[in-house]
Amino acid sequence: MSRELIWVAVVCVAAVLTNFIPGGRVLVLPELFVAFMIYLYWLARPSAELVAAKGEVAAVGPGDDKVHTWPHLVRSEFLCLIFVTLLLIVWSLLVDAPLEEPANPTRTPNPSKAPWYFLGLQEMLVFFDPWHAGVVLPTFIIVGLMAIPYIDINPAGNGYYAFESRKWEILTFFLGFHILWISLIIIGTFLRGPGWNWFWPWEVWDAHKVEAMTNVNLHYLFGIRSEAGAIIFGGVVVLGYFVIGTVAMYVGIVRMKGQEFMQRWGMPRFILTSFLFLNMMSVVIKMVLRHAGNIMYVWQTPWINF
Amino acid sequence: MSKWEETKRQITESQVWQSIFRHGYDDTPGNRVQMVSGNVWLHLHPSKVRRHAIRMRFTWCMGGITFLMFLVTVVTGIYLMFYYRPTAEYAYADMKYLEFDMPFGMFMRNMHRWAAHGMVIAVWLHMFRVFLTGSYKPPREFNWMVGVILLVLTMLLSFTGYLLPWDQLSIWAVTVGSNMARATPLLGYEGPFADWTGANPIYDARAFLFGGGEIGPHTLLRFYILHCIFIPLVASLFMAVHFWRIRRDGFSGPPV
Repeated sequence: MSRELIWVAVVCVAAVLTNFIPGGRVLVLPELFVAFMIYLYWLARPSAELVAAKGEVAAVGPGDDKVHTWPHLVRSEFLCLIFVTLLLIVWSLLVDAPLEEPANPTRTPNPSKAPWYFLGLQEMLVFFDPWHAGVVLPTFIIVGLMAIPYIDINPAGNGYYAFESRKWEILTFFLGFHILWISLIIIGTFLRGPGWNWFWPWEVWDAHKVEAMTNVNLHYLFGIRSEAGAIIFGGVVVLGYFVIGTVAMYVGIVRMKGQEFMQRWGMPRFILTSFLFLNMMSVVIKMVLRHAGNIMYVWQTPWINF
Repeated sequence: MSKWEETKRQITESQVWQSIFRHGYDDTPGNRVQMVSGNVWLHLHPSKVRRHAIRMRFTWCMGGITFLMFLVTVVTGIYLMFYYRPTAEYAYADMKYLEFDMPFGMFMRNMHRWAAHGMVIAVWLHMFRVFLTGSYKPPREFNWMVGVILLVLTMLLSFTGYLLPWDQLSIWAVTVGSNMARATPLLGYEGPFADWTGANPIYDARAFLFGGGEIGPHTLLRFYILHCIFIPLVASLFMAVHFWRIRRDGFSGPPV
């Protein structure tokens, strides 16, 4: 219980800082979230007890370690309910919900930001066109999440923590959830200012900040100037990325897991997985190309850009 | 037997009492089972669960917290609905009224907003924990899909509610968030191949969302109805399926 009280204290301090210190929101909220994440990881660290429980399930069969829901589960749910409600009440007493001037469709604020949970998508607009970042990629995220149970045929870790035997699955999910989704939200919320320019927390949000427009398209970098040349070049690069990426994944998986696994896994599962994975990696690649190499589009056409 | 004991016996043995409470409170295995199976709310649980799988460090309790946050927003949301009119003339004034004149008005609004944000965070962490424990593996594949739908509905609930204060923050956040829709390939007027389908500013995916070519009073009413009636109803249906499936598949830990 003392651990929970420490969290109440931490949240109180965070609420006070958020409310009363200028820029406190930027200062406190990401750290609070990261600290909470670390706490959750720490909670889930593999323990002798859980490993033993896992062994027991395998050896003795399910149902042997069961306890009555009342009082064992109901009690901890009730305590959790009280604890979370308390946190919520404290936070609501200390931090007021924002209310700005009345809506005015003729006055666009700079920056205009989507609600924070969509800021990862808004941040992706830096790297992709709206149809891609705002429609295609979110669709892939939702479809990809739904597909997870059908493409993951590893029987290990069904209902218990198994970091060892599920390394690749967990690493991929970690990349998608923590690196891409959460950190893009943190960037979009706290590091993007007027004109969607990058501002560090200690910098003033200057609406007249001058950013040199040095981005070029990939084909330009390769000396291609004609439209037709750009279309063909970009098409070859993008198509090549998917073809070579798929082949490389195929070879890599066969090498790592063996031909037998690939047979069992099946072509439809492999194609779906590699397609979704390569799309996810394309976000990472375009982020690197933009931030490190000032590349705008890999494939520019009169109809769509990629 | 004292007078008090006698009265107590008369009450607990009366037909009225026994029609309401069907079992005793003595700590017997039978009563423990009945406490759960005989209670409409608690019977969301099975009557027995795995010891190791109900530890806080195993479950993080994030699914339960998500549901708690949903219930908090329902209760505080009903309070807010008493004082809020979803029209462009009144919406903002009602927010001010709520803030300065209503008893606990500001507090209720704060609770509503922070619980909504808490729900978004909790549902993400719930998904993350379910992934880490591999709790989407057979036979729980379909329930994971239902969970993904609920995740999307949670964000849509939060997003539609974002517009309702009708201040600068809300209309511009919703404008930016919805502008994606006008870039939908084929269906949005700024998206690729819009000229093939004839999508235009007043007849495309974003106009469908807004109820018109631009964000305005019609959007406010539309989002209000989506936020207060449509999405909560749909989400409740999916929650019913989600919870029922969890119970059928052994609640927590390796499947039965």
